[in-house]
Amino acid sequence: MNVLELGRVEKTFGGLRAVGGVTLSVADKAIFGLIGPNGAGKTTLFNVITGVYRPDGGTVRFLGQDISGWAPARVAAAGIARTFQNIRVFRSMTVEENVMVAGHRIHRANLLDAVLRNGRWERDEQEFRRRATELLEIMNLRGVAREPAGSLPYGSQRRLEIARALMLSPRLLLLDEPAAGMNSQEAAELERQIRFLRDELGLTVVLVEHNMSVVMSVCERIHVVDHGETVCEGPPAEVKVHPRVLAAYLGEEVPEPAAEATP
Amino acid sequence: MRWLVRGAVAAAVLAGLLGLARVIEGGLMEYAQRVLLLAGINVILAVGLNLINGTTGQFSIGHAGFMAVGAYTCAWVGQHLAPGVAGAVGAGAIADAISLNAALVSGAVTAALAGVIVGVPSLRLKGDYLAIVTLGFGEIIRIVFNNWKALGGATGYSGEDPAGLPAWTTLFWVYAWVVVIITVVRNVTFSQTGRSLIAIREDEVAAEAMATPTTRLKVVAFVLSAAAAGVAGGLFAHLQAGIRPEDFRLEKSIDMIVMIIVGGLGSITGAVVGGVFMAVALELMRDLEEYRLVLYALLLILIMILRPEGLFGSRELSFGWLRRKARGGEPAS
Amino acid sequence: MSQLLQQIVNGLSLGSIYALIALGYTMVYGILKLINFAHSEVFMVGAYAGYFAATWLGIESMEAAGQAFPLYLAVGVLLVAMASSAALGMAIERLAYRPVRNAPRLTPLITAIGVSLLLQNLGLLVFGPNPRRYPPVLKEVTYELGGVVLTNVKVTIFVVTLLLMVGLQLLVHRTWTGKAMRAVSVNLDAAKLMGIDTNRTIAATFGIGSALAAAGGILFGLDQITINPLMGVLTGLKAFVAAVLGGIGNVPGAMLGGLLIGLSEQLVAGYVSPDYRDAITFLVLIAILIFRPEGLLGVVRQEKV
Repeated sequence: MNVLELGRVEKTFGGLRAVGGVTLSVADKAIFGLIGPNGAGKTTLFNVITGVYRPDGGTVRFLGQDISGWAPARVAAAGIARTFQNIRVFRSMTVEENVMVAGHRIHRANLLDAVLRNGRWERDEQEFRRRATELLEIMNLRGVAREPAGSLPYGSQRRLEIARALMLSPRLLLLDEPAAGMNSQEAAELERQIRFLRDELGLTVVLVEHNMSVVMSVCERIHVVDHGETVCEGPPAEVKVHPRVLAAYLGEEVPEPAAEATP
Repeated sequence: MRWLVRGAVAAAVLAGLLGLARVIEGGLMEYAQRVLLLAGINVILAVGLNLINGTTGQFSIGHAGFMAVGAYTCAWVGQHLAPGVAGAVGAGAIADAISLNAALVSGAVTAALAGVIVGVPSLRLKGDYLAIVTLGFGEIIRIVFNNWKALGGATGYSGEDPAGLPAWTTLFWVYAWVVVIITVVRNVTFSQTGRSLIAIREDEVAAEAMATPTTRLKVVAFVLSAAAAGVAGGLFAHLQAGIRPEDFRLEKSIDMIVMIIVGGLGSITGAVVGGVFMAVALELMRDLEEYRLVLYALLLILIMILRPEGLFGSRELSFGWLRRKARGGEPAS
Repeated sequence: MSQLLQQIVNGLSLGSIYALIALGYTMVYGILKLINFAHSEVFMVGAYAGYFAATWLGIESMEAAGQAFPLYLAVGVLLVAMASSAALGMAIERLAYRPVRNAPRLTPLITAIGVSLLLQNLGLLVFGPNPRRYPPVLKEVTYELGGVVLTNVKVTIFVVTLLLMVGLQLLVHRTWTGKAMRAVSVNLDAAKLMGIDTNRTIAATFGIGSALAAAGGILFGLDQITINPLMGVLTGLKAFVAAVLGGIGNVPGAMLGGLLIGLSEQLVAGYVSPDYRDAITFLVLIAILIFRPEGLLGVVRQEKV
């Protein structure tokens, strides 16, 4: 069964077509790459999937359910977590608190419990802390749990965003340029972590990434977009040598629309 | 066990307050007492407002309106409740305490309701648009009271008694409510709700992507702070002989903002310090008469230019923080 | 019918004054995204500057002698008031707003509230709390047309406002300063990189907006007969509402918003209840911000994620 299905999704900003009819499916427990030149519409697609933007046309299906036009918080609660291209950690909060914020799915205590600080509230807090610690461990951030998130280097902030997203216990994780600003060693570590999330936690991962070595090594399928439209889709080995991909990336003119690499 | 300990702590605090209040009331000039009373009311206002303006980062400049709703409700309910209560338990301190607290609770509830009515439509807006809408609502509330003939209209409300509203607002009750409000706000702030409120302030888009029900939580924070303003209004009403719509002008809302900014937006400790500071500073400047407000405005501008983060920033004064400080360890933030 | 026409005449002249003040709000917001609360006090100071200029020119003795105040002196009074307010507006920008220009958005907002309070209280101190009768810079002549009372003052208010508006439009669209102002309002940093002296442009914006407010102050004095140091509080707030209604940052919008607010206020006072005259203005403000925050003539902007 497919976790995510986009059907002819369109999004226009005041006459500018950012996404023009993209169709794609992401299989369960896949690591799926979404690539394309700057301005190709990748982040816009993420924003449409997560409800930040309402699509102007087409449908977004998650686990078979049509979620087009849902509000972001509802999409997140349904099981789609994400990170942001322009890092959006809660800067003044500690690393641990950042992760705990996303704990709405395991939240049992209500406001009155919190005011009374009763047993239910206490169990909640312990559970939040335990789970946050676990996730920080996975993302290699446990040592800085009590630091203000804004003081971390960029690479760590990107990993913190992943840990925070995991706190939602999602089925689907959308990573927007997770390797940006990382050196090759950090990037290699990130690859290992992404595989861990899929292999051990059973997540489906979709990532937008410009670092081709990361994309080619970690993704099983890659979908290429340019000017808001699908160029091709296939396994890394095929996409890598697709003439229109080379053209889109190297800026060459391609005389004829070459055969699509879709199976 | 925990509830037993808490009960004991609460009893000790109450007894301490009662004792302290007796000593102060016996030994202090009326003038100094009044400053202490006003300081306590300010602290309630500031700690409440800080929850929405500081912690949640949704700026209201219309909270004088909620204070007015609380003040009028409390004054009116108090007037109509007192004879019955006095009849039931006999006139005296106990009857007054019952009437006052029942009236305060009703003031908090109506202020909270007003908070829902104002907050639900307004909190879709952000930044200075939200600020302006709350200002507008605050003014509308004042205009309504200004024209409400049964509540005295522009001349204000002072009850049936020619001597005015009963002087129920004692040091003990003011500070008992200070303790209650601070405890509630602190417990909310240091919980999942509080973390989510801070997340909304820091980055609303990210907070939503983490499944935070942002709209609902903003309304919750707004309503809690309106309720606190209502309590403060009720205490204020029974400190004065009467209340007038002009007691709750825009300037009052600005006073509250100054309190939380002086202390440091987002810090409960800062709000407490700011509230006390305001009462004391205005009192100290009383002799300057008409220069007082000029100085006050000048001070506000200078604070914004020189130290906009206030005295405390968003830090909290806690026992843990003091211990770390004493050890010379890392600063809490 | 004639009552309705009368309300419309009164509404249009009052609305013109709101429009003049609204321009200052709208221009400053367009450039700095700052609600310049002190603008209402700049308006008040403009009215007083006109008052003192006219008094100094001997308007009282002329009035006692039954002489009319000559037109060239009246224009002079207007110019003096506009110049004083412009200077005040630019001083406020330089001393209070520039130091906090890059601070988080609420810091300048609170600073502006502080400046507004400061000027109100200084006004009370310097000018005294009592209202003063505004000198008849323009001798009032009354005409009656089919039951509607029209005065030369009301006509003048409308004409002066119209002239200043046209002048402002020419300035914004035909001069280099105007072009710089528009550039800065689109993107301050980009304008700076293109070699525009942004500090000077911002100062010019404050100067022009403040001068217009001063003109509004004199017209207000003529229309309402008395002035006082707190006259700016409510009038300024309503002018700000007018700016928001028209679409903040939008110059023609300020004119439209001002006239609409003036009209609605007069009609509510005439047909609903004078007690709720001010409440209606705030209701309009709230409704606009909630349902159409871009105003009548504004454009929608979307946040980038």
